[in-house]
Amino acid sequence: MTTLGWTLADSWTITRRTLTHWRNQPGLIIFSWFFPVLMLLVFGSLLGGAMDLPDGQSYYELLVPGIFALTMLFGLEGTMTAVTQDKEKGVTDRFRSLPMSSAAVVMGRAIADMLDTLIALAVLVGTGLALGWRWHEGLPKALAAFGLLLLLRFALLWIGIYIGLSVRNAQSLTVVQVLVWPIGFLSSAFVATSTMPAWLGTISQWNPLSAAATAARTLFGNPDASITTTWVGSHSVLMAIISPLLLTAVFLPLSAHRYRNLSR
Amino acid sequence: MTTQQVIEAADVRKNYRGGTEGAGLNGFDLTVTAGTVTGLLGPNGAGKTTAVRILSTLLEMDSGQASVAGYDVRRQGAEVRRRIGLVGQYAAIDEVLTGRQNLTMFGRLNHLAHAKAAKRADELLEQFDLVAAAGQAVGKYSGGMRRRLDLAASLIVAPDVLFVDEPTTGLDPAARLEVWAAVRQLVSNGTTVLLTTQYLEEADQLADRISMLKDGKVVAEGTPDQLKTQLGSDWLDLVLTDPAELEVVRRLAEPLADGELKIEGQRLSVPVKDRTRALVVMANSLHEANIEPEDITLRRPTLDEVFLHLTGSKVAV
Ligand SMILES: Nc1ncnc2c1ncn2[C@@H]1O[C@H](COP(=O)(O)OP(=O)(O)O)[C@@H](O)[C@H]1O
Ligand SMILES: [Mg+2]
Repeated sequence: MTTLGWTLADSWTITRRTLTHWRNQPGLIIFSWFFPVLMLLVFGSLLGGAMDLPDGQSYYELLVPGIFALTMLFGLEGTMTAVTQDKEKGVTDRFRSLPMSSAAVVMGRAIADMLDTLIALAVLVGTGLALGWRWHEGLPKALAAFGLLLLLRFALLWIGIYIGLSVRNAQSLTVVQVLVWPIGFLSSAFVATSTMPAWLGTISQWNPLSAAATAARTLFGNPDASITTTWVGSHSVLMAIISPLLLTAVFLPLSAHRYRNLSR
Repeated sequence: MTTQQVIEAADVRKNYRGGTEGAGLNGFDLTVTAGTVTGLLGPNGAGKTTAVRILSTLLEMDSGQASVAGYDVRRQGAEVRRRIGLVGQYAAIDEVLTGRQNLTMFGRLNHLAHAKAAKRADELLEQFDLVAAAGQAVGKYSGGMRRRLDLAASLIVAPDVLFVDEPTTGLDPAARLEVWAAVRQLVSNGTTVLLTTQYLEEADQLADRISMLKDGKVVAEGTPDQLKTQLGSDWLDLVLTDPAELEVVRRLAEPLADGELKIEGQRLSVPVKDRTRALVVMANSLHEANIEPEDITLRRPTLDEVFLHLTGSKVAV
């Protein structure tokens, strides 16, 4: 086989490892796929009554795309934890001592995590539709919205790998796991940023999570006040393309650097 | 390979970034001959893991030379990795996968075809006595079982050299025996092994040659017997029935002593050069002085004494 052939074969072996984890511990992975559904139901009933949407639309019209974006963010934790555990337990070292492709370790992880996200997203779309959420601008635009969400997940993958390789042990991850929440709240996931106090709104609208949530709403034809009232909001699709690419451009090389530095 | 040296390291130096001054390796030398087990013996923090990680290409050295199976570890890492097996200090296996799933995965990553990887997994499970636990998640394995699976995983493709880093640190005595048996089995198959340990007994039991490591440097090297003779002298041990006789016996032994005598309770230990002569002379003198000792024996120094002598520090026993 060629070098590329081996890289692909090795990547698939690493991906299969995660799929086998799912098979061996189905409860754990199924719970993780339904966790976003839980968030959707909790925040939907918690905040739904207090929300005033134009034309008496359901709050789910705004919330569902927000939870989509939030699910991308929460995926970060899975990546981080898996990477740190492998490093801590010496599994990464064993991979590095094998004649396998070193890129495959990361590629296998990426494929597995994207698959995981795809399933979580599918479960969430089903629930959203059942709760009355709809896309109104046709399937191609809806698919484009899902594409942008997955692009964000792809960018967060590299942040996850970078942090996962950087921290000393799994315990240090707790800090990051806690910090994920304010990042989620300081975005347009739950409310349009234009309805926030000015200074909070400014921070929030530049949050890459907001870009993804607002862009998804734009493409689905779901309501978001910031689409018409702010510059970032009206350019959300552009932002949702640029910000993940920027994050990837920064964190992919950083992760590769960290990986190489394991030998220093 | 032109030489029989499977591992050659010369003046290897390594200082961890942000680590303490002097921690790591400070001019590490090692040669390992094909088909032997070499024990790298040293206390905690001596640099054993650092040496193994450098030789197995996981860690870059700051300076020095090292080759494994004839390939330079710095410039020909991929070639080295194709010829080594590594059993790290911590059992590096996937805890969620079963024993068999682990072995087939590592088989695939060693680029065996599917069927071959599965077959090899079965052979290894058999060899390491893990057939009964093959379908269980490794998370449920005992320490000894994990170590055995870890050894198995590093032997999927018969390596030219196997690195085994502190295989029994933290294991209970029974599990330690299990692991020893597994290592002995490898050795009988002719695998070249570099084994690190902080236990003298383990090195004495398993290794053909021992390199003693202290502060990142090899301070002594040889077969266990050579190391024991390196102290220069054997010991004549006299155990007396009556402590009152100690002073007399000490005076009788003094002319034979090649160094300082040791007294521990009723035991007098005399370092001697000429073993047989010392024993005969001593026995005669005792007979003439009408002293009947409880015991009189000749012995080589223990590895403990060698280690203490060479390094001034104690090692776990
Ligand atoms: N990643 C690291 N960063 C800094 N110092 C380290 C690191 N790893 C090991 N050391 C230090 O290097 C020395 C040798 O460590 P090690 O090779 O693990 O010893 P051993 O395996 O013989 O116990 C120790 O003093 C240890 O504290
Ligand atoms: Mg060690």
